[in-house]
Amino acid sequence: MANYILRRLLYAIPIAIGVTVICFSLIYLGPSDPIAAVMPDEASAADVQRIREAYGFDKPVPVQYALWLMRAVQGDFGNSLQSNRPVLDELIPALQNTLRLAVFAAALSFAIAVVVGSVAAYSQGTWLDKTVTSFAITGVSVPHYWVAIMLVIVFAVELGWLPAMGMGTGSSRDWAWDAEHMKALILPVISLSLIPAGIITRTTRASVLEVLSHDYVETLRAKGLSEATVLRHVLKNASPTVLAVTGLQFGHLLGGSILIETVFVWPGTGFLLNESIFKRDLPVLQGTILVLAMFFVFVNLTVDIMQTWLDPRIKRD
Amino acid sequence: MAETMGLVQDVSATPSRVPPIVQVDDLHVRFVSKDATVYAVNGVSFTLDPGEVLCILGESGSGKSVTLRALMRLLPRKRAVINGRVIVDGHDILSLSTSALSRVRGEIVSMIFQEPMTALDPVYSIGEQITETVRRHEKIGRAAAEARALELLELVQIPSAKRRLKAFPHELSGGLRQRAMIAIALSCRPRVLLADEPTTALDATVQIQILLLLRQLQKELGMSVIFVTHDLGVAGEIADRITVMYGGRFVEEGPTTAVMRDPLHPYTRGLLASTVHGQMHRERLRTIEGSPPNMEMLPAACSFAPRCRYAVDRCLEGVPDLHRPFPNRSARCIRLEEIGSMT
Ligand SMILES: Nc1ncnc2c1ncn2[C@@H]1O[C@H](COP(=O)(O)OP(=O)(O)OP(=O)(O)O)[C@@H](O)[C@H]1O
Ligand SMILES: [Mg+2]
Repeated sequence: MANYILRRLLYAIPIAIGVTVICFSLIYLGPSDPIAAVMPDEASAADVQRIREAYGFDKPVPVQYALWLMRAVQGDFGNSLQSNRPVLDELIPALQNTLRLAVFAAALSFAIAVVVGSVAAYSQGTWLDKTVTSFAITGVSVPHYWVAIMLVIVFAVELGWLPAMGMGTGSSRDWAWDAEHMKALILPVISLSLIPAGIITRTTRASVLEVLSHDYVETLRAKGLSEATVLRHVLKNASPTVLAVTGLQFGHLLGGSILIETVFVWPGTGFLLNESIFKRDLPVLQGTILVLAMFFVFVNLTVDIMQTWLDPRIKRD
Repeated sequence: MAETMGLVQDVSATPSRVPPIVQVDDLHVRFVSKDATVYAVNGVSFTLDPGEVLCILGESGSGKSVTLRALMRLLPRKRAVINGRVIVDGHDILSLSTSALSRVRGEIVSMIFQEPMTALDPVYSIGEQITETVRRHEKIGRAAAEARALELLELVQIPSAKRRLKAFPHELSGGLRQRAMIAIALSCRPRVLLADEPTTALDATVQIQILLLLRQLQKELGMSVIFVTHDLGVAGEIADRITVMYGGRFVEEGPTTAVMRDPLHPYTRGLLASTVHGQMHRERLRTIEGSPPNMEMLPAACSFAPRCRYAVDRCLEGVPDLHRPFPNRSARCIRLEEIGSMT
């Protein structure tokens, strides 16, 4: 098992390197010269050249990459071109804000989807199954920012039960696990859960149905196990697939949703990405994408390891 | 289905010293779906004595597996309509509540399946699959259940049993898996074991080993066994009594040697025709000309008549009753005497 984890870690290295190369080359993929973009129009050629040297843009590209990477692994992604503060100072609070939403949204959608998806599978073909399936399709296809706005209208504007936006009082950097902040989480978490809940429900339904078609389910019943125990076996067999899909959805959630974070004025990674693209703040963009991509690699790795733990047939020598 | 009422009386009239452990009266099973209704079992009645081994022989699709599953009510609840009466060790299987039924399953009657590759849960170890069964039916602790699991693996002669407890199904060969399956089925010392072609999917040498093991365990534990097979050799090896199934009915029944030496029903005769006595070992059932009946539209007549070389017009007038030309022998054919004198 330890061996297997080590091997998976080794496999993750080339992926991680690929990610850094792509992030680095973002500078050269943009439509305009990154230096020109931040310099005022009237800047002299000599000034531009000085800045170019100051940021190391005059060196050969591989050297630039090596230097950038060395700084990046130490957490130094340079300074924001906009605020001139270290990128990490912008990134960490944004990531924390998004993580709070993402963890709750992933947990909520997973919990709902597993229950609802299993119920649908067990009542395959009945009205219950059809209702669940159409809700799942609706969850995936209805624009979630629209649902977010509707939720705000109903629960914030009309009923006044929940805040319409923001993360409670205080700046976006002071979070506390109190009632006020938790209330602020509810609407964005629900809005964000729609798509993952729909997708995980459909996956659960499909994999539970698949498992139920296997002969060993009959063996379990022939042994006289209670239906609850049979369900436990079925879910354990279905879990590797469901987990893989959940991991993927969690990865998407980490990227933050620009639309939802905009509706709720939630300063997360989606917000940050949007802003850095809009303002051509390349260091922030690079740093954010790199960190998010690393998170994604890490989530996938975790899912992989959990799968081997759940399904002994996956080779782990 | 009044046509089988005569049979029910016949069975209850049979004198027997010990009460039977299994008694099936006029069992009917049909599968209902939107497109069609499949009449899989059409009036099956039989009894099984304690310690007896009964073999069910028959072509593919004749309803052997469905009959066996009906004895545990192990059929899809939504699609399968079961009628008749099934008594196993005093339990009226078809009217038990779900929870009472789950008590009977595994404890009084259990089943082993054809495909050891797919019949075991791939994500639980062999040991876990045994202990959960034991602990479901008996109030014993984890350690005691594990000790029992080890004992069971030794009983079914799995080498290095201790290590195998932790093994997952995919880590075992087909033969070992089938032994593990048997261990699970026997984990609560059931009184009746149902075996649905337990050796068909295995290599020839492994088949014999598993068969010998089953026979030995049956003797040691004094279980009653119902054994479904295609294989005449297997039936001859293990069975006290043979019943031949055709079109969802038992068309012939009798002691193994008698049926094999002197088949009554034309269908059984056909099955045995290619087999030379004493050399029937490992012989598969020879196919008889014509095709098996369509189970969606069974005629109110002898369902074998279209393929029977002795058939006359009278055979199409109704489903033949069970005739008993000799003690302990019976066959569903109206021309038994005439055919008997022909050969
Ligand atoms: N779950 C089911 N739903 C619908 N029809 C079924 C189901 N199970 C069995 N049948 C039908 O019932 C009939 C009898 O099937 P059964 O499995 O008992 O045959 P069998 O004698 O065991 O054949 P084999 O030797 O191939 O195993 C077949 O026509 C089959 O198609
Ligand atoms: Mg079968």
